[in-house]
Amino acid sequence: MIGNLPYVAVVMFVGLGIYTLMFKRNLIKIAIGICLIENGVNLFLITLGYRKGAIAPIYTQAPSGQAMVLPTPQALTLTSIVIGIATTALILSVAMMIYKHYGTLDTEKVRRLRG
Amino acid sequence: MNLANHIPILIIAIPLLAAFLVPLITRINKKSSGILTTLALSVSLLLTILLAVKILTVGPQVYVFGATSPSLVLPSGLKFPIRIMLEIDAMSIFMGLITAIVSFLGAVYSLSFTEKYDGVDKYYSLLLLLTVGMFGMELTGDIFNFFVFLEIASIASVALISFRGIDFGEPAEAGFKYMIVSSISALMVLFAIGIFYGQYDLLNFAALASVIKYSQLDKIALGLLIPVLAMKAGTVPMHMWTPDAYSEAPAPITMILVAASQASLYALFRVVFSLYNISLNALTVGWIIIIFGLLSMFIGVTMAIIQKDIKRLMAYHAISQTGYMLLGVGVGLAVLANPEALKNYGITAMEGGIFHIMNHAMYKGLLFLTAGALFFRTGTRDLNKMGGLAHYMKYTTIFFIIGAAAIAGLPPFNGFASKLLIYESVYKFNPLLSIIAMVVSILTLASFVKVFHSAFLGPKLPQFKEVKETPRSMIFAMAVLSCIIILFGLFPDLIVKNLVHPAVMSLIEQLQYTGTVMGGM
Repeated sequence: MIGNLPYVAVVMFVGLGIYTLMFKRNLIKIAIGICLIENGVNLFLITLGYRKGAIAPIYTQAPSGQAMVLPTPQALTLTSIVIGIATTALILSVAMMIYKHYGTLDTEKVRRLRG
Repeated sequence: MNLANHIPILIIAIPLLAAFLVPLITRINKKSSGILTTLALSVSLLLTILLAVKILTVGPQVYVFGATSPSLVLPSGLKFPIRIMLEIDAMSIFMGLITAIVSFLGAVYSLSFTEKYDGVDKYYSLLLLLTVGMFGMELTGDIFNFFVFLEIASIASVALISFRGIDFGEPAEAGFKYMIVSSISALMVLFAIGIFYGQYDLLNFAALASVIKYSQLDKIALGLLIPVLAMKAGTVPMHMWTPDAYSEAPAPITMILVAASQASLYALFRVVFSLYNISLNALTVGWIIIIFGLLSMFIGVTMAIIQKDIKRLMAYHAISQTGYMLLGVGVGLAVLANPEALKNYGITAMEGGIFHIMNHAMYKGLLFLTAGALFFRTGTRDLNKMGGLAHYMKYTTIFFIIGAAAIAGLPPFNGFASKLLIYESVYKFNPLLSIIAMVVSILTLASFVKVFHSAFLGPKLPQFKEVKETPRSMIFAMAVLSCIIILFGLFPDLIVKNLVHPAVMSLIEQLQYTGTVMGGM
């Protein structure tokens, strides 16, 4: 049961992120919502590769017979984190441009494109 | 070293290298950025054609990173397709050809179109990165690699959509919407990748396809993948970003964005056909895709009729035309488990749907380019302010007529060929669907008659006295697209037999796809 706790955290992260996206009207808070979903997905990947009592997957220093955690999900997560930084930076810079032209970050007021 | 073996990776690597060379070269000579981009993309186009000829004559190609063949095992004796590889079959290269043509012409068109912009080197750099992302999505055989290229394409396209966000508010607004949509879809794709990896320890499409069991978790992954990829492709009811992004991006970028949406559509088909194939409940999933298609067709075209902004109108038509592709392929999927129906009309329906992808990229690209030409000369996108432009822009008028006739499905243009295939075969599946598709086609014609009338016909207007024909590079791009449209319209059987049919068969026959990788193991 306690081993499933990370998965519960994943669901909470993604759920909170989707809640933020749907019900918050501030553009910065929407960016935070995206970050929450991203953290949830990253935690999910890391949890998949985890084994209890295992050590870091470095062949040259491992004592023989010792179990190791799976390295592939960690590599995936690292890539995903790097991409996430680029995404967040881009979202925030576009939000800055919107603030410059509209004078607000409220999604109800940033609505020149409609119909 | 034999370079011919490395064509698949060179298609991706050359634009990627050029993307980072462009800002450097611009420091030395300001004019050279556009020429370098065009050169890199023309090399890519040439290599794609070479690869297409090889694939259509020899068969699917596999390119393995860091090894000579997919059958190579790890030193420990582990037989495991852990290496990243490109797997290119007829369907991938079909999409690759679209990307290559559209991005090359987009770059040529940009040569004149961007002459008033600041920071043109960044524009070309992003254009090349967008092309790299699209090529990667279409050629890769690794599902995580697909995620990475999806993110490259979305980041580059957001930056391009909001390229003029420094001066205007609307492009930034459209860019923000698209960024949120593509972030969510990419993260959900990553979640689905996690689900696959947790179950099967595999990331390779073909290897996954050979072991997939359609368990409860696989159903969840499919439920995550279908909506998000359909959202990236701009289907109703997840279409809210499409009109904004298409209308606010610069015209050549809009043309490339259409192809980028189709790369997501390709991924959707790849997941449904190559990954799951008959292991899934084909009738249910097929109908889900058909309903997506019907909603897109109908809501897209009804929203288009009431628009006043020329690019926004065309963007709604892009949604509507995506519906045709989903309808054709959805019918093929719905009868996938029934060999007789598949042979009778399923394959024809899919041929129509897949052929329509290429036709749509060509005529919609042409229409967006003519809208860009009008905006370039008149400075407005509002149809109520235009009029009498046929007096000043003769070539653009001819190109617009060709594009409008093709999208409305009039013979002898290419839209007619693919739409006829869809009508005929879908009628055998369910007559009602076919009738709706025809009604949508008529509404499309009506709305383009309106555009033609209000923009091009009428007396000469005094405020457009200074308007001239568009520059030569823009005319060249539009003329090439027009030629392709007419050629495809005159010889559709040639294209369908040699290009579209192999693509459809490589989707339907899952073993052909998995066999190329797994056969060597």
